[in-house]
Amino acid sequence: MSSVKTISEKIMSAHSGVEAQAGQIVEAEIDYVMANDVTAPLAFQEFEALECEPKRDKIVLIPDHFVPNKDVASAEQAAEMRRFVQKYSLPHYFEVGRGGVCHQVMVDEGFAAPGRLIVGADSHTCTYGGINAFSTGIGSTEAAAVFAEGRLWFKVPEAIDVRLSGRFRGLVSGKDLIIKIITDIGVDGANYKAFEFSGAGVANVPVSDRLTVSNMAIEAGGKAGIFPCDEHTVSYIQGRVRGEYTPVAPDPGAVYSRTLEYDLGDLDYMVALPHLPSNGKPAAEVDVVIDQAFLGSCTNGRIEDLRTAAQVMKGKKVHKDVRMVVVPASTQVYQQAMEEGLLAEFVRSGAFVSGPTCAACLGGHMGVLAKGERCVSSTNRNFIGRMGHKDSEVYLAGPAVVAASAVAGRIVAPEAIQ
Amino acid sequence: MNEIRGRAWRFNDHVDTDQIIPAERLISQNNNCLGDFLFERVRPEMSKNVSKGDIIVAGKNFGCGSSREHAPRAIKQAGITCVVAESFARIFYRNSINVGMLPVECKIEADEGDILAIDVQNGKIVNETKGMEWRFAPFPPFIKDLMERGGLMAKIREEKRCIK
Repeated sequence: MSSVKTISEKIMSAHSGVEAQAGQIVEAEIDYVMANDVTAPLAFQEFEALECEPKRDKIVLIPDHFVPNKDVASAEQAAEMRRFVQKYSLPHYFEVGRGGVCHQVMVDEGFAAPGRLIVGADSHTCTYGGINAFSTGIGSTEAAAVFAEGRLWFKVPEAIDVRLSGRFRGLVSGKDLIIKIITDIGVDGANYKAFEFSGAGVANVPVSDRLTVSNMAIEAGGKAGIFPCDEHTVSYIQGRVRGEYTPVAPDPGAVYSRTLEYDLGDLDYMVALPHLPSNGKPAAEVDVVIDQAFLGSCTNGRIEDLRTAAQVMKGKKVHKDVRMVVVPASTQVYQQAMEEGLLAEFVRSGAFVSGPTCAACLGGHMGVLAKGERCVSSTNRNFIGRMGHKDSEVYLAGPAVVAASAVAGRIVAPEAIQ
Repeated sequence: MNEIRGRAWRFNDHVDTDQIIPAERLISQNNNCLGDFLFERVRPEMSKNVSKGDIIVAGKNFGCGSSREHAPRAIKQAGITCVVAESFARIFYRNSINVGMLPVECKIEADEGDILAIDVQNGKIVNETKGMEWRFAPFPPFIKDLMERGGLMAKIREEKRCIK
Protein backbone atom coordinates (compact mmCIF):
# COMPACT_ATOMS: atom_id res chain seq x y z
CA MET A 1 0.00 0.00 0.00
CA SER A 2 1.31 3.40 -0.98
CA SER A 3 2.16 5.58 2.01
CA VAL A 4 2.26 8.81 0.02
CA LYS A 5 -1.10 10.50 -0.24
CA THR A 6 -2.91 13.34 -1.96
CA ILE A 7 -4.85 15.89 0.13
CA SER A 8 -8.05 14.00 -0.73
CA GLU A 9 -6.63 10.66 0.41
CA LYS A 10 -5.35 12.21 3.65
CA ILE A 11 -8.67 13.84 4.57
CA MET A 12 -10.55 10.64 3.70
CA SER A 13 -8.08 8.60 5.79
CA ALA A 14 -8.34 10.91 8.79
CA HIS A 15 -12.15 10.75 8.70
CA SER A 16 -12.56 7.04 8.02
CA GLY A 17 -9.84 5.55 10.21
CA VAL A 18 -8.43 3.53 7.33
CA GLU A 19 -5.50 4.15 5.00
CA ALA A 20 -7.66 5.45 2.18
CA GLN A 21 -6.41 5.25 -1.39
CA ALA A 22 -7.94 6.51 -4.62
CA GLY A 23 -10.57 4.08 -5.91
CA GLN A 24 -11.33 2.60 -2.51
CA ILE A 25 -14.80 2.91 -0.96
CA VAL A 26 -14.72 4.17 2.63
CA GLU A 27 -17.27 5.18 5.20
CA ALA A 28 -16.23 8.50 6.69
CA GLU A 29 -17.22 10.66 9.65
CA ILE A 30 -18.67 13.95 8.43
CA ASP A 31 -17.84 17.24 10.16
CA TYR A 32 -20.87 19.17 8.86
CA VAL A 33 -23.83 18.51 6.56
CA MET A 34 -25.58 21.48 4.97
CA ALA A 35 -28.91 21.74 3.16
CA ASN A 36 -30.88 24.65 1.68
CA ASP A 37 -34.58 25.42 1.24
CA VAL A 38 -34.79 23.54 -2.09
CA THR A 39 -32.96 20.34 -1.14
CA ALA A 40 -33.80 20.11 2.57
CA PRO A 41 -37.54 19.29 2.34
CA LEU A 42 -36.82 15.96 0.57
CA ALA A 43 -34.14 15.25 3.18
CA PHE A 44 -36.63 15.97 6.00
CA GLN A 45 -39.12 13.56 4.42
CA GLU A 46 -36.49 10.79 4.24
CA PHE A 47 -35.14 11.54 7.71
CA GLU A 48 -38.56 11.50 9.39
CA ALA A 49 -39.24 8.04 7.93
CA LEU A 50 -36.21 6.73 9.83
CA GLU A 51 -37.57 7.76 13.22
CA CYS A 52 -34.26 8.60 14.85
CA GLU A 53 -32.52 11.45 16.61
CA PRO A 54 -30.51 13.84 14.44
CA LYS A 55 -26.81 14.59 14.89
CA ARG A 56 -27.72 18.13 15.91
CA ASP A 57 -24.30 19.75 16.00
CA LYS A 58 -23.37 18.57 12.52
CA ILE A 59 -26.46 19.92 10.71
CA VAL A 60 -26.43 23.38 9.14
CA LEU A 61 -29.66 24.61 7.50
CA ILE A 62 -29.61 27.74 5.36
CA PRO A 63 -32.56 28.94 3.27
CA ASP A 64 -31.21 30.81 0.24
CA HIS A 65 -32.66 29.69 -3.09
CA PHE A 66 -36.20 31.07 -2.99
CA VAL A 67 -36.00 33.40 0.01
CA PRO A 68 -37.17 35.93 1.02
CA ASN A 69 -40.16 33.79 0.00
CA LYS A 70 -40.84 34.51 -3.66
CA ASP A 71 -44.34 33.02 -3.70
CA VAL A 72 -46.68 30.89 -1.62
CA ALA A 73 -45.10 27.57 -2.57
CA SER A 74 -41.64 28.72 -1.58
CA ALA A 75 -43.04 30.24 1.61
CA GLU A 76 -44.44 26.82 2.55
CA GLN A 77 -41.11 25.24 1.80
CA ALA A 78 -39.14 27.71 3.93
CA ALA A 79 -41.69 27.19 6.72
CA GLU A 80 -41.00 23.44 6.54
CA MET A 81 -37.36 24.14 7.31
CA ARG A 82 -38.26 26.37 10.27
CA ARG A 83 -40.56 23.67 11.69
CA PHE A 84 -37.84 21.02 11.37
CA VAL A 85 -35.35 23.31 13.13
CA GLN A 86 -37.78 23.92 15.98
CA LYS A 87 -38.88 20.31 16.30
CA TYR A 88 -35.33 19.05 16.80
CA SER A 89 -33.89 22.21 18.43
CA LEU A 90 -31.18 22.49 15.80
CA PRO A 91 -28.53 25.05 16.74
CA HIS A 92 -27.23 25.97 13.24
CA TYR A 93 -30.00 27.68 11.30
CA PHE A 94 -29.53 31.00 9.49
CA GLU A 95 -32.74 32.96 9.03
CA VAL A 96 -33.30 35.47 6.24
CA GLY A 97 -31.45 38.64 7.27
CA ARG A 98 -28.84 36.71 9.25
CA GLY A 99 -27.58 34.37 6.54
CA GLY A 100 -27.42 34.51 2.78
CA VAL A 101 -26.18 32.21 0.04
CA CYS A 102 -25.45 28.94 1.84
CA HIS A 103 -21.85 28.47 0.77
CA GLN A 104 -20.78 31.97 1.73
CA VAL A 105 -22.54 31.53 5.09
CA MET A 106 -20.64 28.25 5.64
CA VAL A 107 -17.41 30.22 5.20
CA ASP A 108 -18.49 33.38 7.07
CA GLU A 109 -19.76 31.41 10.04
CA GLY A 110 -16.65 29.25 10.25
CA PHE A 111 -18.08 25.82 9.52
CA ALA A 112 -15.71 25.49 6.57
CA ALA A 113 -12.09 25.06 7.68
CA PRO A 114 -8.88 23.33 6.58
CA GLY A 115 -8.84 19.54 6.77
CA ARG A 116 -12.58 19.18 7.39
CA LEU A 117 -14.89 16.81 5.53
CA ILE A 118 -18.12 18.62 4.72
CA VAL A 119 -21.06 17.53 2.57
CA GLY A 120 -23.98 19.58 1.38
CA ALA A 121 -27.18 18.99 -0.52
CA ASP A 122 -26.09 21.51 -3.12
CA SER A 123 -23.59 20.82 -5.87
CA HIS A 124 -21.52 23.94 -5.13
CA THR A 125 -20.59 22.60 -1.70
CA CYS A 126 -17.15 22.05 -3.26
CA THR A 127 -16.53 25.79 -2.61
CA TYR A 128 -14.80 25.17 0.75
CA GLY A 129 -11.90 23.45 -1.01
CA GLY A 130 -10.71 27.05 -1.42
CA ILE A 131 -9.79 26.93 2.26
CA ASN A 132 -8.38 23.39 2.24
CA ALA A 133 -11.51 21.44 3.19
CA PHE A 134 -12.69 18.33 1.35
CA SER A 135 -16.26 19.31 0.61
CA THR A 136 -18.66 17.91 -1.92
CA GLY A 137 -22.27 17.94 -3.07
CA ILE A 138 -24.67 15.12 -2.27
CA GLY A 139 -28.37 14.39 -2.75
CA SER A 140 -31.19 14.93 -0.28
CA THR A 141 -31.44 11.26 0.72
CA GLU A 142 -27.75 11.18 1.50
CA ALA A 143 -28.11 14.38 3.52
CA ALA A 144 -30.86 12.67 5.52
CA ALA A 145 -28.51 9.73 6.12
CA VAL A 146 -25.88 12.11 7.49
CA PHE A 147 -28.50 13.86 9.66
CA ALA A 148 -29.12 10.42 11.18
CA GLU A 149 -25.67 8.84 11.30
CA GLY A 150 -23.11 11.59 10.86
CA ARG A 151 -21.39 9.30 8.36
CA LEU A 152 -21.45 8.65 4.62
CA TRP A 153 -19.75 6.40 2.07
CA PHE A 154 -17.33 7.77 -0.49
CA LYS A 155 -15.29 6.46 -3.33
CA VAL A 156 -11.93 8.10 -2.64
CA PRO A 157 -11.29 10.19 -5.77
CA GLU A 158 -8.19 10.28 -7.91
CA ALA A 159 -6.72 13.76 -7.98
CA ILE A 160 -5.72 16.08 -10.81
CA ASP A 161 -2.68 18.20 -9.92
CA VAL A 162 -3.20 21.78 -11.10
CA ARG A 163 0.17 23.56 -10.87
CA LEU A 164 -0.05 27.34 -10.78
CA SER A 165 2.73 29.82 -11.42
CA GLY A 166 2.90 33.58 -11.99
CA ARG A 167 0.47 36.34 -11.10
CA PHE A 168 -2.85 37.57 -12.57
CA ARG A 169 -2.66 40.62 -14.84
CA GLY A 170 -4.92 43.62 -14.11
CA LEU A 171 -8.31 42.50 -12.80
CA VAL A 172 -8.08 38.96 -14.21
CA SER A 173 -9.21 36.66 -11.40
CA GLY A 174 -10.00 33.18 -10.19
CA LYS A 175 -13.14 33.12 -12.34
CA ASP A 176 -11.04 33.52 -15.48
CA LEU A 177 -8.74 30.71 -14.33
CA ILE A 178 -11.55 28.25 -13.65
CA ILE A 179 -13.39 29.03 -16.92
CA LYS A 180 -10.08 28.44 -18.72
CA ILE A 181 -9.56 25.11 -16.92
CA ILE A 182 -13.11 23.91 -17.69
CA THR A 183 -12.74 25.01 -21.32
CA ASP A 184 -9.49 23.06 -21.57
CA ILE A 185 -10.71 19.79 -20.03
CA GLY A 186 -14.47 19.88 -20.68
CA VAL A 187 -17.53 19.74 -18.43
CA ASP A 188 -16.75 16.12 -17.54
CA GLY A 189 -12.97 16.47 -17.57
CA ALA A 190 -12.78 15.94 -13.80
CA ASN A 191 -15.77 13.62 -13.36
CA TYR A 192 -15.34 11.51 -10.19
CA LYS A 193 -12.02 13.28 -9.53
CA ALA A 194 -10.71 16.02 -7.24
CA PHE A 195 -8.65 18.99 -8.38
CA GLU A 196 -5.72 19.70 -6.08
CA PHE A 197 -3.97 23.03 -6.66
CA SER A 198 -0.24 23.47 -6.11
CA GLY A 199 2.74 25.56 -7.11
CA ALA A 200 4.22 28.98 -6.36
CA GLY A 201 1.27 30.68 -8.05
CA VAL A 202 -1.15 29.60 -5.32
CA ALA A 203 0.21 32.31 -3.00
CA ASN A 204 -0.78 34.90 -5.65
CA VAL A 205 -4.39 33.77 -5.78
CA PRO A 206 -6.40 35.62 -3.10
CA VAL A 207 -8.46 33.30 -0.87
CA SER A 208 -11.74 34.75 -2.17
CA ASP A 209 -10.63 33.79 -5.70
CA ARG A 210 -9.67 30.32 -4.49
CA LEU A 211 -13.25 29.92 -3.25
CA THR A 212 -14.46 30.93 -6.74
CA VAL A 213 -12.19 28.37 -8.40
CA SER A 214 -13.21 25.57 -6.03
CA ASN A 215 -16.88 26.55 -6.36
CA MET A 216 -16.79 25.74 -10.07
CA ALA A 217 -14.85 22.46 -9.77
CA ILE A 218 -18.26 20.78 -10.17
CA GLU A 219 -18.67 22.44 -13.59
CA ALA A 220 -15.91 20.11 -14.80
CA GLY A 221 -17.62 17.25 -12.95
CA GLY A 222 -15.13 17.51 -10.06
CA LYS A 223 -15.97 15.98 -6.72
CA ALA A 224 -13.82 18.60 -5.00
CA GLY A 225 -11.29 21.33 -5.78
CA ILE A 226 -8.80 21.74 -2.97
CA PHE A 227 -6.17 24.41 -2.33
CA PRO A 228 -3.35 24.05 0.16
CA CYS A 229 -3.63 25.93 3.46
CA ASP A 230 -1.16 28.84 3.66
CA GLU A 231 -0.77 32.04 5.67
CA HIS A 232 -3.43 33.72 3.50
CA THR A 233 -5.90 30.94 4.35
CA VAL A 234 -5.17 31.26 8.05
CA SER A 235 -5.64 35.02 8.08
CA TYR A 236 -8.84 34.74 5.95
CA ILE A 237 -10.55 32.39 8.38
CA GLN A 238 -9.25 34.09 11.53
CA GLY A 239 -12.15 35.45 13.53
CA ARG A 240 -14.64 33.28 11.60
CA VAL A 241 -13.61 29.66 12.13
CA ARG A 242 -15.36 27.50 14.74
CA GLY A 243 -13.26 25.06 16.73
CA GLU A 244 -9.93 23.48 15.97
CA TYR A 245 -8.80 22.53 12.51
CA THR A 246 -5.93 20.61 10.93
CA PRO A 247 -4.43 21.86 7.65
CA VAL A 248 -3.62 19.09 5.18
CA ALA A 249 -0.81 19.10 2.62
CA PRO A 250 -0.12 16.42 0.02
CA ASP A 251 2.85 14.11 0.51
CA PRO A 252 5.79 14.64 -1.84
CA GLY A 253 5.47 12.01 -4.52
CA ALA A 254 1.70 11.66 -4.18
CA VAL A 255 0.18 10.10 -7.30
CA TYR A 256 -2.09 12.18 -9.55
CA SER A 257 -4.13 10.98 -12.50
CA ARG A 258 -3.13 14.01 -14.52
CA THR A 259 -1.19 17.27 -14.25
CA LEU A 260 -2.32 20.63 -15.63
CA GLU A 261 -0.11 23.73 -15.60
CA TYR A 262 -1.17 27.37 -15.72
CA ASP A 263 0.86 30.56 -15.64
CA LEU A 264 -1.62 33.05 -14.15
CA GLY A 265 0.08 35.84 -16.09
CA ASP A 266 -0.96 34.22 -19.39
CA LEU A 267 -4.68 34.29 -18.58
CA ASP A 268 -7.16 36.57 -20.34
CA TYR A 269 -10.52 37.80 -19.10
CA MET A 270 -12.71 34.82 -19.96
CA VAL A 271 -16.40 34.48 -20.85
CA ALA A 272 -18.23 31.14 -21.06
CA LEU A 273 -20.82 31.33 -23.83
CA PRO A 274 -24.17 29.50 -23.71
CA HIS A 275 -24.96 26.75 -22.91
CA LEU A 276 -22.00 25.10 -21.20
CA PRO A 277 -19.37 26.46 -18.79
CA SER A 278 -16.75 24.88 -21.09
CA ASN A 279 -17.55 27.29 -23.95
CA GLY A 280 -14.90 29.75 -22.78
CA LYS A 281 -13.48 32.52 -24.96
CA PRO A 282 -11.42 35.64 -24.21
CA ALA A 283 -13.85 38.50 -23.45
CA ALA A 284 -12.35 40.64 -26.20
CA GLU A 285 -13.56 38.12 -28.81
CA VAL A 286 -17.16 37.94 -27.58
CA ASP A 287 -18.81 41.35 -28.21
CA VAL A 288 -22.42 40.41 -27.54
CA VAL A 289 -25.17 42.95 -26.70
CA ILE A 290 -26.69 42.29 -23.27
CA ASP A 291 -29.96 43.05 -21.49
CA GLN A 292 -28.83 42.26 -17.96
CA ALA A 293 -25.67 42.07 -15.87
CA PHE A 294 -25.80 39.97 -12.71
CA LEU A 295 -23.21 40.31 -9.94
CA GLY A 296 -23.58 37.92 -7.03
CA SER A 297 -23.88 34.23 -6.05
CA CYS A 298 -21.68 31.75 -4.21
CA THR A 299 -19.24 32.03 -7.10
CA ASN A 300 -18.58 35.78 -7.15
CA GLY A 301 -20.72 37.56 -4.57
CA ARG A 302 -17.94 38.15 -2.04
CA ILE A 303 -16.73 41.56 -0.81
CA GLU A 304 -13.62 41.32 -3.01
CA ASP A 305 -15.85 40.82 -6.08
CA LEU A 306 -18.00 43.81 -5.20
CA ARG A 307 -14.87 45.94 -4.69
CA THR A 308 -13.57 44.95 -8.13
CA ALA A 309 -16.88 45.77 -9.81
CA ALA A 310 -17.21 49.10 -7.99
CA GLN A 311 -13.66 50.02 -9.00
CA VAL A 312 -14.44 49.31 -12.68
CA MET A 313 -17.70 51.28 -12.54
CA LYS A 314 -16.44 54.24 -10.51
CA GLY A 315 -17.90 57.47 -11.88
CA LYS A 316 -19.71 55.60 -14.67
CA LYS A 317 -23.34 54.68 -15.33
CA VAL A 318 -25.03 51.41 -16.16
CA HIS A 319 -25.89 51.47 -19.89
CA LYS A 320 -29.41 52.73 -20.55
CA ASP A 321 -30.55 49.45 -22.09
CA VAL A 322 -29.13 47.25 -19.33
CA ARG A 323 -30.46 46.21 -15.93
CA MET A 324 -27.65 45.53 -13.50
CA VAL A 325 -28.55 43.37 -10.50
CA VAL A 326 -26.11 43.32 -7.57
CA VAL A 327 -26.68 40.70 -4.86
CA PRO A 328 -24.06 40.38 -2.09
CA ALA A 329 -23.62 36.72 -1.16
CA SER A 330 -24.22 37.01 2.58
CA THR A 331 -25.31 39.34 5.34
CA GLN A 332 -21.68 39.84 6.36
CA VAL A 333 -20.71 40.75 2.79
CA TYR A 334 -23.76 43.04 2.52
CA GLN A 335 -22.89 44.88 5.72
CA GLN A 336 -19.22 45.23 4.78
CA ALA A 337 -20.17 46.53 1.33
CA MET A 338 -22.50 49.04 2.95
CA GLU A 339 -19.80 50.25 5.34
CA GLU A 340 -17.32 50.63 2.50
CA GLY A 341 -19.80 52.66 0.45
CA LEU A 342 -19.87 50.11 -2.37
CA LEU A 343 -23.64 49.69 -2.37
CA ALA A 344 -24.09 53.47 -2.62
CA GLU A 345 -21.71 53.44 -5.58
CA PHE A 346 -23.76 50.75 -7.34
CA VAL A 347 -27.05 52.54 -6.67
CA ARG A 348 -25.57 55.81 -7.89
CA SER A 349 -24.51 54.13 -11.12
CA GLY A 350 -28.07 52.92 -11.75
CA ALA A 351 -27.81 49.31 -10.56
CA PHE A 352 -30.44 47.46 -8.55
CA VAL A 353 -29.02 46.26 -5.23
CA SER A 354 -30.63 43.65 -3.03
CA GLY A 355 -29.97 41.76 0.18
CA PRO A 356 -28.33 38.34 0.03
CA THR A 357 -30.08 35.43 -1.74
CA CYS A 358 -29.39 33.13 -4.72
CA ALA A 359 -31.71 35.38 -6.75
CA ALA A 360 -31.55 34.94 -10.54
CA CYS A 361 -28.56 32.57 -10.52
CA LEU A 362 -30.79 29.51 -10.89
CA GLY A 363 -33.74 31.35 -12.38
CA GLY A 364 -35.57 31.61 -9.07
CA HIS A 365 -36.37 35.28 -8.70
CA MET A 366 -34.98 38.82 -8.99
CA GLY A 367 -33.65 38.94 -12.51
CA VAL A 368 -35.29 36.03 -14.36
CA LEU A 369 -34.82 36.41 -18.13
CA ALA A 370 -37.47 36.74 -20.86
CA LYS A 371 -37.34 34.96 -24.21
CA GLY A 372 -34.32 36.03 -26.21
CA GLU A 373 -32.72 38.08 -23.42
CA ARG A 374 -29.01 37.87 -22.67
CA CYS A 375 -27.29 38.23 -19.32
CA VAL A 376 -23.60 38.49 -18.48
CA SER A 377 -23.35 36.90 -15.08
CA SER A 378 -20.82 36.27 -12.33
CA THR A 379 -22.60 32.98 -11.52
CA ASN A 380 -21.56 29.40 -12.31
CA ARG A 381 -23.97 27.87 -14.85
CA ASN A 382 -25.19 28.87 -18.28
CA PHE A 383 -27.32 25.81 -19.07
CA ILE A 384 -30.43 26.09 -21.25
CA GLY A 385 -33.12 27.93 -19.27
CA ARG A 386 -30.93 28.24 -16.16
CA MET A 387 -31.85 31.90 -15.56
CA GLY A 388 -35.30 31.91 -17.11
CA HIS A 389 -36.83 31.30 -20.54
CA LYS A 390 -35.34 28.40 -22.51
CA ASP A 391 -34.47 30.83 -25.27
CA SER A 392 -32.60 33.21 -22.98
CA GLU A 393 -28.81 33.18 -22.73
CA VAL A 394 -26.32 33.39 -19.86
CA TYR A 395 -22.69 34.40 -20.41
CA LEU A 396 -20.48 33.55 -17.45
CA ALA A 397 -17.70 35.96 -16.50
CA GLY A 398 -15.78 37.43 -13.58
CA PRO A 399 -16.82 40.58 -11.69
CA ALA A 400 -14.60 42.94 -13.74
CA VAL A 401 -16.14 41.85 -17.05
CA VAL A 402 -19.67 41.90 -15.61
CA ALA A 403 -19.19 45.48 -14.37
CA ALA A 404 -17.52 46.71 -17.57
CA SER A 405 -20.21 45.05 -19.70
CA ALA A 406 -22.99 46.63 -17.63
CA VAL A 407 -21.52 50.03 -18.51
CA ALA A 408 -20.79 49.25 -22.16
CA GLY A 409 -24.13 47.51 -22.86
CA ARG A 410 -22.25 44.65 -24.45
CA ILE A 411 -19.69 42.14 -23.27
CA VAL A 412 -16.27 43.77 -23.00
CA ALA A 413 -13.04 43.51 -21.01
CA PRO A 414 -12.65 46.26 -18.37
CA GLU A 415 -9.94 48.08 -20.38
CA ALA A 416 -12.54 48.81 -23.06
CA ILE A 417 -14.38 51.31 -20.84
CA GLN A 418 -11.34 53.06 -19.34
CA MET B 1 -35.87 -4.99 -11.64
CA ASN B 2 -34.23 -7.77 -13.67
CA GLU B 3 -35.76 -7.13 -17.09
CA ILE B 4 -36.61 -3.73 -18.51
CA ARG B 5 -38.17 -3.39 -21.95
CA GLY B 6 -39.42 -0.27 -23.67
CA ARG B 7 -38.92 2.50 -26.21
CA ALA B 8 -35.78 4.60 -26.36
CA TRP B 9 -35.89 8.35 -25.72
CA ARG B 10 -32.73 9.69 -27.30
CA PHE B 11 -30.57 12.47 -25.76
CA ASN B 12 -27.07 13.82 -26.46
CA ASP B 13 -24.04 14.53 -24.25
CA HIS B 14 -24.07 16.65 -21.08
CA VAL B 15 -27.79 16.58 -20.28
CA ASP B 16 -27.94 18.81 -17.19
CA THR B 17 -30.31 18.64 -14.26
CA ASP B 18 -31.79 22.07 -15.08
CA GLN B 19 -33.05 20.49 -18.32
CA ILE B 20 -34.32 17.37 -16.54
CA ILE B 21 -36.37 19.49 -14.15
CA PRO B 22 -36.09 23.28 -13.84
CA ALA B 23 -35.43 24.90 -10.45
CA GLU B 24 -38.85 26.55 -10.20
CA ARG B 25 -40.47 23.08 -9.91
CA LEU B 26 -38.37 22.14 -6.89
CA ILE B 27 -41.03 22.80 -4.30
CA SER B 28 -42.43 20.38 -1.75
CA GLN B 29 -45.94 20.35 -3.19
CA ASN B 30 -44.49 18.77 -6.35
CA ASN B 31 -42.66 15.95 -4.55
CA ASN B 32 -45.05 13.29 -5.82
CA CYS B 33 -45.68 14.70 -9.30
CA LEU B 34 -42.15 15.59 -10.40
CA GLY B 35 -42.61 13.40 -13.49
CA ASP B 36 -45.14 15.90 -14.89
CA PHE B 37 -42.29 18.41 -15.37
CA LEU B 38 -39.72 16.04 -16.85
CA PHE B 39 -37.72 17.89 -19.53
CA GLU B 40 -40.59 20.41 -19.75
CA ARG B 41 -38.45 23.23 -21.15
CA VAL B 42 -36.58 21.26 -23.79
CA ARG B 43 -39.04 18.45 -24.67
CA PRO B 44 -42.41 19.62 -23.37
CA GLU B 45 -44.29 16.74 -25.05
CA MET B 46 -42.22 14.03 -23.39
CA SER B 47 -43.77 13.52 -19.95
CA LYS B 48 -47.25 12.95 -21.42
CA ASN B 49 -45.99 10.35 -23.87
CA VAL B 50 -43.77 8.16 -21.68
CA SER B 51 -44.92 4.57 -21.21
CA LYS B 52 -43.86 2.44 -18.27
CA GLY B 53 -40.60 0.68 -19.11
CA ASP B 54 -39.33 3.34 -21.51
CA ILE B 55 -35.61 3.99 -21.41
CA ILE B 56 -33.56 7.16 -21.77
CA VAL B 57 -30.47 6.72 -23.93
CA ALA B 58 -27.82 9.42 -23.70
CA GLY B 59 -24.19 10.23 -24.37
CA LYS B 60 -21.56 11.40 -21.95
CA ASN B 61 -22.00 13.03 -18.53
CA PHE B 62 -25.77 12.54 -18.12
CA GLY B 63 -27.19 14.44 -15.13
CA CYS B 64 -24.44 17.03 -14.81
CA GLY B 65 -25.01 20.20 -12.82
CA SER B 66 -26.97 20.57 -9.64
CA SER B 67 -27.30 18.04 -6.82
CA ARG B 68 -31.11 18.07 -7.05
CA GLU B 69 -32.33 14.57 -6.28
CA HIS B 70 -35.55 15.73 -7.89
CA ALA B 71 -33.91 14.90 -11.25
CA PRO B 72 -33.76 11.08 -10.97
CA ARG B 73 -37.02 11.19 -9.00
CA ALA B 74 -38.71 13.05 -11.89
CA ILE B 75 -37.44 10.46 -14.38
CA LYS B 76 -38.71 7.61 -12.19
CA GLN B 77 -42.05 9.24 -11.41
CA ALA B 78 -42.60 9.73 -15.16
CA GLY B 79 -42.36 5.94 -15.55
CA ILE B 80 -38.76 5.53 -16.67
CA THR B 81 -36.73 3.21 -14.46
CA CYS B 82 -33.48 3.11 -16.39
CA VAL B 83 -31.10 5.53 -18.11
CA VAL B 84 -28.41 4.09 -20.38
CA ALA B 85 -25.59 6.59 -20.89
CA GLU B 86 -21.99 6.55 -21.98
CA SER B 87 -21.18 8.13 -18.60
CA PHE B 88 -22.97 9.81 -15.69
CA ALA B 89 -22.24 12.84 -13.56
CA ARG B 90 -21.21 11.73 -10.08
CA ILE B 91 -23.96 13.20 -7.87
CA PHE B 92 -26.72 12.14 -10.27
CA TYR B 93 -25.35 8.59 -10.25
CA ARG B 94 -25.43 8.37 -6.44
CA ASN B 95 -28.89 9.94 -6.28
CA SER B 96 -30.22 7.49 -8.87
CA ILE B 97 -29.20 4.50 -6.78
CA ASN B 98 -30.86 5.96 -3.70
CA VAL B 99 -34.17 6.59 -5.43
CA GLY B 100 -34.28 3.28 -7.36
CA MET B 101 -33.59 4.64 -10.84
CA LEU B 102 -31.08 2.38 -12.58
CA PRO B 103 -28.04 4.15 -14.14
CA VAL B 104 -26.45 1.84 -16.72
CA GLU B 105 -23.08 2.95 -18.05
CA CYS B 106 -22.78 1.68 -21.61
CA LYS B 107 -22.27 3.18 -25.06
CA ILE B 108 -25.01 1.84 -27.33
CA GLU B 109 -26.63 2.68 -30.64
CA ALA B 110 -30.29 3.57 -30.52
CA ASP B 111 -32.58 5.97 -32.33
CA GLU B 112 -35.64 7.60 -30.84
CA GLY B 113 -38.38 4.98 -30.52
CA ASP B 114 -36.20 1.87 -30.92
CA ILE B 115 -37.30 -1.02 -28.71
CA LEU B 116 -34.66 -1.90 -26.11
CA ALA B 117 -34.53 -4.81 -23.68
CA ILE B 118 -32.17 -4.71 -20.70
CA ASP B 119 -31.23 -7.83 -18.77
CA VAL B 120 -29.93 -6.27 -15.57
CA GLN B 121 -28.79 -9.49 -13.92
CA ASN B 122 -26.67 -10.61 -16.86
CA GLY B 123 -25.52 -7.16 -17.96
CA LYS B 124 -27.01 -7.31 -21.46
CA ILE B 125 -28.70 -4.66 -23.61
CA VAL B 126 -30.50 -5.62 -26.82
CA ASN B 127 -31.72 -3.11 -29.39
CA GLU B 128 -34.54 -5.25 -30.84
CA THR B 129 -35.29 -2.75 -33.59
CA LYS B 130 -31.73 -2.79 -34.91
CA GLY B 131 -30.89 -6.35 -33.93
CA MET B 132 -27.82 -5.29 -31.96
CA GLU B 133 -26.52 -6.31 -28.56
CA TRP B 134 -24.11 -4.93 -25.96
CA ARG B 135 -22.69 -6.05 -22.61
CA PHE B 136 -22.21 -3.70 -19.67
CA ALA B 137 -19.84 -4.14 -16.73
CA PRO B 138 -21.40 -5.49 -13.55
CA PHE B 139 -21.98 -2.94 -10.79
CA PRO B 140 -19.22 -2.85 -8.13
CA PRO B 141 -20.19 -5.07 -5.15
CA PHE B 142 -20.81 -2.11 -2.82
CA ILE B 143 -23.16 -0.41 -5.31
CA LYS B 144 -24.89 -3.70 -6.19
CA ASP B 145 -25.54 -4.38 -2.52
CA LEU B 146 -26.91 -0.85 -2.03
CA MET B 147 -29.25 -1.24 -5.03
CA GLU B 148 -30.48 -4.66 -3.99
CA ARG B 149 -31.36 -3.37 -0.54
CA GLY B 150 -33.32 -0.46 -2.06
CA GLY B 151 -30.93 2.44 -1.49
CA LEU B 152 -29.16 4.07 1.42
CA MET B 153 -32.22 4.68 3.61
CA ALA B 154 -33.37 1.09 3.33
CA LYS B 155 -29.87 -0.06 4.25
CA ILE B 156 -29.75 2.14 7.36
CA ARG B 157 -33.21 0.89 8.39
CA GLU B 158 -32.30 -2.74 7.75
CA GLU B 159 -29.11 -2.56 9.77
CA LYS B 160 -30.93 -0.69 12.56
CA ARG B 161 -27.91 1.55 12.76
CA CYS B 162 -29.92 4.49 13.95
CA ILE B 163 -32.15 4.04 16.94
CA LYS B 164 -34.23 6.65 18.69
